[in-house]
Amino acid sequence: MSQPDSAVADAQGGAATESLAALAKRHGLRRAIARPSLPYYVGQLWARRHFVLKYATSRNVSKYSQSMLGQLWQLLTPLLNAGVYYLMFGVILDQKKDIGNYTAFLITGVFIFTFTQRTVSGGAKSISNNLSLIRALHFPRAALPLAYAVQELQQLMWSMLVLIGIVILTGEPVTTMWLFIPIALLLQLTFNIGASLFMARVGAFARDMNQLLPFIMRTWLYASGVFFSIPDRVADLPESLAFVQYIMELNPAAAYIELMRDLLIYDHPAPQWAWTTAIFWAVFALVIGFWYFWRAEERYGRG
Amino acid sequence: MAEAKPMAMERVWPLTAEEQEARTKSSATGTPTVIVDDLNIIYKVWGAASEEEKGNAATALLRLLRRQGRPQMREVHAVKGVSFVARHGDAIGIIGRNGSGKSTLLRAIAGLLPPASGAVYTDGQPSLLGVNAALMKELTGERNITLGCYAMGMTPAEVRAKYDEIVDFSGIGEFVQFPMSTYSSGMGARLRFAIASAKVHDVLLIDEALATGDREFRKRSQKRIMQMRESAGTVFLVAHNLDVIEETCNRVIWLHKGKIKMDGDPAEVISAYNKA
Repeated sequence: MSQPDSAVADAQGGAATESLAALAKRHGLRRAIARPSLPYYVGQLWARRHFVLKYATSRNVSKYSQSMLGQLWQLLTPLLNAGVYYLMFGVILDQKKDIGNYTAFLITGVFIFTFTQRTVSGGAKSISNNLSLIRALHFPRAALPLAYAVQELQQLMWSMLVLIGIVILTGEPVTTMWLFIPIALLLQLTFNIGASLFMARVGAFARDMNQLLPFIMRTWLYASGVFFSIPDRVADLPESLAFVQYIMELNPAAAYIELMRDLLIYDHPAPQWAWTTAIFWAVFALVIGFWYFWRAEERYGRG
Repeated sequence: MAEAKPMAMERVWPLTAEEQEARTKSSATGTPTVIVDDLNIIYKVWGAASEEEKGNAATALLRLLRRQGRPQMREVHAVKGVSFVARHGDAIGIIGRNGSGKSTLLRAIAGLLPPASGAVYTDGQPSLLGVNAALMKELTGERNITLGCYAMGMTPAEVRAKYDEIVDFSGIGEFVQFPMSTYSSGMGARLRFAIASAKVHDVLLIDEALATGDREFRKRSQKRIMQMRESAGTVFLVAHNLDVIEETCNRVIWLHKGKIKMDGDPAEVISAYNKA
């Protein structure tokens, strides 16, 4: 038995000649798939802030729930990372020359870069790893990369605790410059969210991106002056290559690392290029990243 | 239930005055809530390798060189020209063999799969009873209740108000303090249904949620589905257990290979289905 359209409406007393589309219009029904306007989308996202926070915390809790030391790993992981990098670059490769307090210099670089790296890689996977969630519930999809960013922020707070401990133990004083640290972190967080939203859309549709991303991230790590001081390196370059310095100063990761080192270790308010780059990238990444992600909102998890 | 109000407001767009008027005129029992108009769903499946595709790097490279795209991608025409009208107060059972397109149809009604052609018109936001995807089995039942409720868009106040009810309804008792990975499959299913049904839905889509769980829990969940029907919502139910469908639904749609084979009174459709 096949099913004629009008028979359904007929059985319920509707007009036999009325099309289903007209019936829908008459009763104010609408098609299910549509992308909300940008301001409305921001509102929806704000309404889901509790989910974002809870999801981030839950992921952090469940990450270490199988280990005996449990949540202690949130502190142990950055501590062990710091130890390994110090052993490699401080002791074995002996990069210390010319850089004051190389231990703190190196570990600041590693932690700050890791924050950006992990947020962006997490964001790139946030859609493809949560397809079943996307296919089951309605919520603004930007909540997912955002939750990954919050999760990394929570992890960073533990790393900062370790870092401040190391800075004090290596003999640096607590200064008023430390008051600017939250501002530097806020700028970095803003950049991370923007970049992560951008990569979330890229990763959702270009499935091969997650294979490629580790290599991109490692190249970025080496170019960001985590292990060496950028001004020292470019000082040796011939005059004709002076532009290399400008290019390196445009790197957002280099700027956030420079800011943190100057504020935390070297007690001076960071060069102007670092602030300019840091602010520019934070605003640019957030605006472009959010807009780019929102443009594909209705297509995530489909097809 | 004052706390239900902001959730019912959740819509993709604010309504225009015209639509608002059309809806208030027609919110009584018997008016349409979901209209499915000649719906076709085609989706792509990745990774369905053929016989000669050995799945190693060499064959993949050869394919690239020959400019042959990915043969692993197949198209599946899961729903073929389905049309029906669902009304306020309807509980519609959807039956059919495995792979007949039941779950795909539900997802399309929920607006989670785009139609290849045709359309789904809805009043409000249909929601799939699918909160499980948001839950994490390493976490306690308690944490999962909060997480699941937030994922469905509830506020902290609403979660606090509903928390005890969810625990009671699920009947898991002190297990709420244990990780969900320690639950039996029945307990897990009960908690998931309890969380998912804590929110007031305009149109609720249930896909095999009642398959597990003991007899007593099935009775209770059927009662809850009835309550939802009475509050003038519409419920869609996919189940392989035909008794559940016959007891709960006032209308049954039989899908066969993506098409509607029969649509009507539960007893009639189910007896025809059993004969086929």
